[in-house]
Amino acid sequence: MIFLQQLINGLTTGTLFALIAIGYTMVYGIIELINFAHGDLFMLGAFLALTLVSAMGLENAGPGAAAAGIVLTFVICMIFCAGLNFAQDRIVYRPLRGAPKLTPLVSAIGVSFVFMGIGQIWKGVADINFPDVLPNKNLLGTESLRFTVKDLLVILVTVPLMAALTVFVRFTKLGKAMRATAQNPIASRLMGIDVDRVIGWTFAIGGLLAGAASVIYGLTINTVSFQMGYQNGLYAFTAAVLGGIGNLPGAMLGGIVIGLVRSLGSQYVGEQWTSALVFGILILLLVFRPSGLLGARTREKV
Amino acid sequence: MNAKFLRLAALFLFVGSLAFGQGDPAVIKIVSSLPRTGSARGQTDTIVNGIKMALEEAGDKVAGFVIKYEDLDDATAAAGQWTAEKESANADQAIKDPDVMVYIGTYNSGAAKVSMPKLNQAGLLMISPANTWPGLTKPGKGDQGEPEKYRPSGKINYTRVVPADDIQGVVSADWAKKLGHAKVFILDDREVYGKGIADLFHARADEIGLKVLGHEGIDAQAQEFKPLMTKVKATGPTLIYFGGTTQTKAGQLVKDMLAVGLDAKFMCPDGCFEDAFIDSAGADNVQDRALVTFGGLPPEKLTGKGADFVANYQKKYGKMPEGYAVYGYECGKVALEAITRANKKDRDAIRGAALSIKNFTKGALGKWSFDKNGDTSLRTMSGNTVKGGKFAFMAVLGEE
Repeated sequence: MIFLQQLINGLTTGTLFALIAIGYTMVYGIIELINFAHGDLFMLGAFLALTLVSAMGLENAGPGAAAAGIVLTFVICMIFCAGLNFAQDRIVYRPLRGAPKLTPLVSAIGVSFVFMGIGQIWKGVADINFPDVLPNKNLLGTESLRFTVKDLLVILVTVPLMAALTVFVRFTKLGKAMRATAQNPIASRLMGIDVDRVIGWTFAIGGLLAGAASVIYGLTINTVSFQMGYQNGLYAFTAAVLGGIGNLPGAMLGGIVIGLVRSLGSQYVGEQWTSALVFGILILLLVFRPSGLLGARTREKV
Repeated sequence: MNAKFLRLAALFLFVGSLAFGQGDPAVIKIVSSLPRTGSARGQTDTIVNGIKMALEEAGDKVAGFVIKYEDLDDATAAAGQWTAEKESANADQAIKDPDVMVYIGTYNSGAAKVSMPKLNQAGLLMISPANTWPGLTKPGKGDQGEPEKYRPSGKINYTRVVPADDIQGVVSADWAKKLGHAKVFILDDREVYGKGIADLFHARADEIGLKVLGHEGIDAQAQEFKPLMTKVKATGPTLIYFGGTTQTKAGQLVKDMLAVGLDAKFMCPDGCFEDAFIDSAGADNVQDRALVTFGGLPPEKLTGKGADFVANYQKKYGKMPEGYAVYGYECGKVALEAITRANKKDRDAIRGAALSIKNFTKGALGKWSFDKNGDTSLRTMSGNTVKGGKFAFMAVLGEE
């Protein structure tokens, strides 16, 4: 029973990591940039969610009003993060498109610090309680196994989002353009694809998912702080690498693996070893499968 | 040419005497080194207010000297808490300034470890309003080599006005038993303060027959602890003891304990005795659930001079002092008393005078003495819970 409970714990946090990881992996897939600011974008989304939830007084609202408020919060935060990520690409990375790989990478670290600074000024340095809007009610009949409204929310939001993303990338025209750009930007340009527009959209979609993740995080974990982007970003990035960076299903799988390693590790090995366990597994995997769990084996161009 | 050179030389000498001279013989400087940026800001504001009140009540004058106070910060915005570099720089600054006779600090025991050996060699008196790590003063109660490594000169220059954790850990375990708890799970944040106090709690619990179901260290960088709490829940405790602070995720632990459906009490030491703990945990979550020990009585329970202090503080600053304010005030009073007793501007004389303080009643904490290690003789602690988003006093601990 406790094993099942830890599976649920691991799956819920894992899908959350996965949602952030997609933002890393999509951007990497298309312009080979590790966007270090992505975690901090997620943090700003959570701060906006906190501001909205407090302003609307959702904590004391009835169930109907609370549900409407939550939907509204999701929409606003997703648009906000998408817009911010798009603007970030337009202002910071696009002028550096032709520059050596290291230049946008260092800029990304810079943007990360700027976002963190904004967060620090916005809400201060201490941990802040995120109002408990969702009831902590167990949906299963038995007391020994818990699956709460919060866990349900995580599944209800992340699974359709990931499914929609997969469909979008696979079957729409823009999705096709994205895959083409990822494969070969120059050839895509020659074929008449507006590469910069496609990259802009990629950033926007990554931001959209980070925005959704930030609201879920606030509603289920209930604590936000200006440093939350760093830690979650680190795990999400690890998830992306674990799954094979640049690979969408890989990022989802990687997130879930990390969530499970954390929860089962805490149960059977010891809480203080969970981080070491996650990164230990990452190192082992990269030794034997350098391209990650689902990463395609790329042949070095000689 | 010659005259010009002389004038220039005179100017250099003048500037030099300002920088390296003996300072102003009529002025004595008191500095404090506390984390003034970051999450401990609320507590240190109130400590500094307490120090200022003590000095102002004396009219900023004592034994014929004018007292000047300087408020140093040992934290940086980037770190959000104290850093070894900043604390070390503060100690150097105090040592090099010939007017500085008293160093009030530090707030964090880890910071004291950095500045103590330096200030000890300079023979500068240190008075801490908040350090609780036993090893700073007590032989055999801390790590190997403590406290001798903080006393390279062989003399004692460090004193504190709060009871140390060897008392707090023991008292907490006794309190838990008294409240009727039989099974406890212990967590700590793996830091000097948190692990130290949790280990002491653990040892005492074994002694008095309070069953310890498990003892784990947490990763204070982690964002949530549901898996850990699931594991804790399966062992069936009625109480969780957390050796840690607000900054090492006490609030999140409470939330995740509730999230996995574990209805237990949550006990933690004075590192959580601040409004920031209630803010981060959510007032409803800790209502009647959090049990926080504190090395002294809460402000509203102080009597006599303590009650006067609280009334004056409210009049001056327009709000209730937080828990540590009275210790800031006490530090100020001790500094003044040491200078009065020494009656000269001499670091070693003032240091010796402070350690000779016995049956001190001029502060707000009642009657107490410094022992030979520089520890206070006070052992009174209080147990508090949270009601309506505020700390509410429950019991006096450790009196017998």
